[in-house]
Amino acid sequence: MSEYELDARRLLCPMPVIKTQNKVKELAVGDILSVICTDPGVLSDIPAWARINGHELVGSYENDTEITITIRVGS
Amino acid sequence: MLAVRVLQEQGIEVEGINFYTGFCVEGHTHAIRNHDKDKQKRNNALWAAEQLGIKLHIVDVIEEYKDVLLNPKHGYGANMNPCLDCKIFMVNKAVEWVKDNHKDGFDFIITGEVIGQRPMSQRKQTMPIVAKESGADDILLRPLCAKNLPETRPELEGWVDRDKLYDFSGRNRKPQMALAEQFGFTDYASPAGGCCFLTDKNYSDKLVDLWKGRGSREYEMDDIMLLKVGRHLRPKPEFKLIIARDAGESKFLEGYRKQFVTIQVVSHNGPLTIVDGDICSDDFELAAGIVARYGQGRDAEQVEVQISESGKELQTIMIKPLPSEKVLEEWHV
Repeated sequence: MSEYELDARRLLCPMPVIKTQNKVKELAVGDILSVICTDPGVLSDIPAWARINGHELVGSYENDTEITITIRVGS
Repeated sequence: MLAVRVLQEQGIEVEGINFYTGFCVEGHTHAIRNHDKDKQKRNNALWAAEQLGIKLHIVDVIEEYKDVLLNPKHGYGANMNPCLDCKIFMVNKAVEWVKDNHKDGFDFIITGEVIGQRPMSQRKQTMPIVAKESGADDILLRPLCAKNLPETRPELEGWVDRDKLYDFSGRNRKPQMALAEQFGFTDYASPAGGCCFLTDKNYSDKLVDLWKGRGSREYEMDDIMLLKVGRHLRPKPEFKLIIARDAGESKFLEGYRKQFVTIQVVSHNGPLTIVDGDICSDDFELAAGIVARYGQGRDAEQVEVQISESGKELQTIMIKPLPSEKVLEEWHV
């Protein structure tokens, strides 16, 4: 299991979702990916994308300027 | 959603493809603004896929889409919307997807089109054009109006029962709403369409102005994003001001500080402004005066304005905000 970080700052949805989707294709089952974003829309979109594609939402963290969403790659 | 569920009712497995052109209207774009903060933030394609229990593949077609927008074989609609070429392009991309993912057993493509529902791409005359020019030919099925169209391969092969498809037509959406109710859909996205900024007159005007200002129809993703944000004023042909309309937009424009000259009133609350184009120092006072007009110091005798350019020393000037009558109507894009 490896951990990765993806920079999706300044991108508006669905670009953070597309970048997440494309990055996950390169990863192995069980890998952890943290996506750093600025569009609050990711709070609903990345978890929704993860649910319908069989990945697990590990958590989300939000500060004044950025949102970090962490997922575990499913099979 | 209806077209997918009609097929699911026949036991057919469906997956969704959503193409992102950069011009898609999404709640998130509006959610940048403060007054839209309470609006539900969701990507409708993802939301619909989840309701339907299907996988969704979101495909970035921003680069390829430029040719569709710049050179539409079938022309534009009322604004800069190349709807027919757009539909042909997207169905073609779906055909490519079916070929590339043949191992997963995709056999045909469906769309939710209804004859006569849209004035450009969904007419009886244009539906065969989409099928032919996209390369989909007889593997393109429109479940909601299939009975008004010639039989397609999925019907002829018996993969789909034509008797259980529909014959909807026209702009009246009552039959679709009744079917939605029958399927138990209480919420659905964009019932009247309009999911593309290119159909919007204000947006199209800004796009044409951008091209005119640059003397070129080239564009990048940031350009088309910035057309969705702020108040756009072009006081001189060489540059345009993009003035945030509230704190949400100011925050969004902060991300562009390194790419653009920015102007901000610092003695009073006011919007962050970015300068798109080439501004010379002789025009700083004009630009600062306009920007000051949109801040809380608009009635002050003088306000302090900072002009920032990446890699250069910060400039501060004192300026009297331009009175409203001096902000010319023709500057507004």
